[in-house]
Amino acid sequence: MIITQKKPLEELLGMLDGAKTVALVGCGSCATACATGGEKEIADLSKVLEQHGMKVVATAMSEYCCMHLKTRTILKPVIAANPDAVVAMSCGDGVQVIAQYCKCPVYPSNNTMFLGESVKLGLFEEACHLCGDCVLGKTGGICPISRCAKSLVNGPCGGSRNGKCEVNPENPCAWIEIYNKLVELGQEYKIGITRDDKGYEKVSYPRTINIRGDKK
Amino acid sequence: MSVLQQALENGKFGVTAEMAPPKGCDFSEQMAAAELLKGKVHAINVTDMQSACLKASSIGLCVKLKLAGLEPIIQMTGRDRSRMAIMGDMLAAASFGIDTMLALTGDHTMVGDCKASKPVYDLDSVGILRMLSTMEATGKDCGGNDLASTPTFYKGAAVTPVYEPQILQINKLRQKVDAGARYIQTQGIFDLDALKRFMDEVYKAGIKAHIMAGIIPLKTAGMAKYMNENVPGIAVPQDMIDRLAAAAAEGKEKGVKGLPARLGIEMAAEMIAKIKAEGLCDGVHIMAIGAEKNVPTILEKAGVEI
Repeated sequence: MIITQKKPLEELLGMLDGAKTVALVGCGSCATACATGGEKEIADLSKVLEQHGMKVVATAMSEYCCMHLKTRTILKPVIAANPDAVVAMSCGDGVQVIAQYCKCPVYPSNNTMFLGESVKLGLFEEACHLCGDCVLGKTGGICPISRCAKSLVNGPCGGSRNGKCEVNPENPCAWIEIYNKLVELGQEYKIGITRDDKGYEKVSYPRTINIRGDKK
Repeated sequence: MSVLQQALENGKFGVTAEMAPPKGCDFSEQMAAAELLKGKVHAINVTDMQSACLKASSIGLCVKLKLAGLEPIIQMTGRDRSRMAIMGDMLAAASFGIDTMLALTGDHTMVGDCKASKPVYDLDSVGILRMLSTMEATGKDCGGNDLASTPTFYKGAAVTPVYEPQILQINKLRQKVDAGARYIQTQGIFDLDALKRFMDEVYKAGIKAHIMAGIIPLKTAGMAKYMNENVPGIAVPQDMIDRLAAAAAEGKEKGVKGLPARLGIEMAAEMIAKIKAEGLCDGVHIMAIGAEKNVPTILEKAGVEI
């Protein structure tokens, strides 16, 4: 899922400067799991904004802010309330979807951090860089692009100490983990595979994928 | 042909010294130190912002050394340059007659002194070597387009012998050699038994490249301890640290300065002499870390002439 983190309140208040009426839009998927855009966070932020003299004229929750059909529908009462500003409590994509349908300014309450996983409640780890050419089949299901600080594809640098990364000693060296996993899987030979340089053409953005078989 | 290549391929004991460009635009100190190395080393290996700390570019000092009649090795990391920038710099270097290079992945910007800089890593050490080898073989650039003229480099890479699990370094070393590295400089070595064990593994893996042992002359016991704690792949044995500490104590008692550094020079010379006498490696790469003026003394004490 997309991992988000709340922006400092001062930053959000700065964006909302001058707005007297606001509407809040939460997201029922990733942002709810990250406790940055669920029902509770909508209620909490409503209170805070009221305390700062703003009137919350509407709140809404999209099951997935990133899905136009769902979000367009739940935005109807928000748009009808005609607020001075909308606060989108989702990832950066959700903010952009919401902004497409609102005539007033839409401001993000979150910073979008990474694509990752919820290891346990409240603990999130980055796990994929959307490189467009997945190498996990050769690396024991551990991603060197996102788990190695240098995104190395040909094995470790010389910088690890006691199996930890030179960049952040809290992180294990991805390549040592890959090696251990491959040994466990009986696929040790894969460590020696020379990986073709995949280049960066596939990550030239913004990207579009169309599997509809018709026009966009 | 590269001077270092000539030496190593003719079975001579290769000697290189490392030098860092200044943090600034005045190269006079480096040039003065380099003059002292003339005729003492096969090449001077110019770092590319080692430890990810900002310095003048390697190519600048390399050009100056070349113009002064010295043989530079241009270090090229993937940290700050895309493949286009690397190839462009290498073409520019070749136009000055620079024909020897060392490919490195590069320390991460987060461990350096300009953490806001974007870490590039378009290519790692293996990727840089492969790109240059392909260029040399095909006369084409990194996009597959014809080059109007194509240089050839004597290419090298680095390895960390003290590493767990060692198989990962051996495997990466094999990839570097397969990608075109012909000489290899090791991280600083302090324990010859560890070096022997590593060389056995290289031999067993059937890796064919000229291996040059990295030598770091120690200056103080504190420096050794600091490196043990902070520099990956460095393992200074406790008895060396004890000897340096004893030298410092002796100096304090007698009121003589610089005894530990002098001992460091002796220890470095001793190691070089042993490496050469026992045929452990094909040469040495001396990383004096700012004390390049000591390199001729170290080589003299080791009885090594080029």
